[in-house]
Amino acid sequence: MTERLPGWRDIPIGGVAFKPSEEYKTGDWRVFRPVLNKEKCNRCYLCHFYCPEGAIKVLDTGDIEIDYDYCKGCLICVNECPRGALESVQE
Amino acid sequence: MGMRGKVLGLTGDEAVAYAIKQVEPDVVAAYPITPQTIIVERISEYVANGEIKTEYIAVESEHSAMSACIGAAAVGARAFTATASAGLAFMWETLYIAASCRLPIVMAIVNRALSAPINIHCDHSDSMGARDSGWIQIYCENSQEAYDAAIQAWKIAEHPDVLLPVMFCLDGFVLSHTLENVHTLPDEDVKEFIGERKFVKVRSHEGREVPFVLDPENPITIGPLDLYDFYFEHKRQQVEAMKNAKKVIVDVGREYGKISGREYGLLEPYKLESAEVAIVGLGSTMGTAKVVVDKLREKGRKVGLLKIRAFRPFPYEEVIKELEHVEVIGVLDRSLSFGAQGGPLFLEIRSAFYDFERRPLISNYVYGLGGRDMPPDLIMQIFDDLEKIKEKGRVDVLLKFIGLRE
Repeated sequence: MTERLPGWRDIPIGGVAFKPSEEYKTGDWRVFRPVLNKEKCNRCYLCHFYCPEGAIKVLDTGDIEIDYDYCKGCLICVNECPRGALESVQE
Repeated sequence: MGMRGKVLGLTGDEAVAYAIKQVEPDVVAAYPITPQTIIVERISEYVANGEIKTEYIAVESEHSAMSACIGAAAVGARAFTATASAGLAFMWETLYIAASCRLPIVMAIVNRALSAPINIHCDHSDSMGARDSGWIQIYCENSQEAYDAAIQAWKIAEHPDVLLPVMFCLDGFVLSHTLENVHTLPDEDVKEFIGERKFVKVRSHEGREVPFVLDPENPITIGPLDLYDFYFEHKRQQVEAMKNAKKVIVDVGREYGKISGREYGLLEPYKLESAEVAIVGLGSTMGTAKVVVDKLREKGRKVGLLKIRAFRPFPYEEVIKELEHVEVIGVLDRSLSFGAQGGPLFLEIRSAFYDFERRPLISNYVYGLGGRDMPPDLIMQIFDDLEKIKEKGRVDVLLKFIGLRE
């Protein structure tokens, strides 16, 4: 951790969260990453709906995009994809 | 005294319930357990009779009682509960959450032994077991002190420099079920003394300074996941709050003295001037011990006592100040820490004197477990023993059991 964290006098009491959760990147928890094969994807968006982290976005173009900052590598998307368009790759 | 307010014949439990009625907290969530039962019975009667507008939540366990208080206090309500013994033990997890989330909950503990074997009578094992949970602890000598503590507790807990929950403790049966004259304050004096609950400002996740209370208009998250990066800092904040509580307890006790004629502090010295030997203790036994001190003083013996009112935060400096001239100290513990050198109070007192130049001789007396009686003659024996230690100039047996059959 290179960021200098605030001391006990400078954080709110009671464990009150003083940053939005987006700033807490959970992507480095991942052991396996889901990788999309665009050729096979038919935009059913099941991966988008099943992702427990909301880390699979639907872009304006209609394509999907995996946000690896927050994807924890649970691989539910890989399991749910009916077309086998998501592959699990070891980090 | 010339003060306003009535003198009522109340048991310790009733005195607490009466004070809470006058405080009229927003929420009371409690589960009945001997010897606390009368407190919650009376409060539920006050609510059922429409005498107070308090929301009474009849929960299915003490774990839920404290959880409900945590939720209530987090949304800005004044929350009260009461328990004893196994009930407090069952609250364990949530005690720490209440303190760590800095919620000014007030709780009455009617001290009772812990099982097994099952026992409904007084000792301090329950609250002493919770001494590291981050709660402020105040011990009461009689029902009057319990009534007074039940009012002062809110002002201590809610003080912006403190924001910690407060448990005040009264001895099971000895106080809880014994009728006593209690000087009460008029309702309006109590309401004025505690005032409205106010909120400090905290920085929210949106980067705004908002009141430290759950409010959909100003959303905050209290006590979420806190790993090795911040947990330690939050604990350090609790240390600071406990330190601050010392001054606040004294200030509130003084302010309370102005409206009641009864001033309170962290501890109460009794005939310690020129005392050569003294006992230190807490709870109702200190009342009996005062009578013993009086008797021995009449005979010209140089004895005194120090009653500890606030056990958390523990008044180390104040203890030394009161006892610095005393040659032999006997510490009375009504609970055990199995495998330790002595009881919890003994460990604190002995540790307090470590850095003191002239260390007194200190001996530990464990008494009254499971409600075993502590009559004046046993306290007399302790003073005899302390004087013997003084003559000998050393403590041969550190830990002694008083009133135990060999």
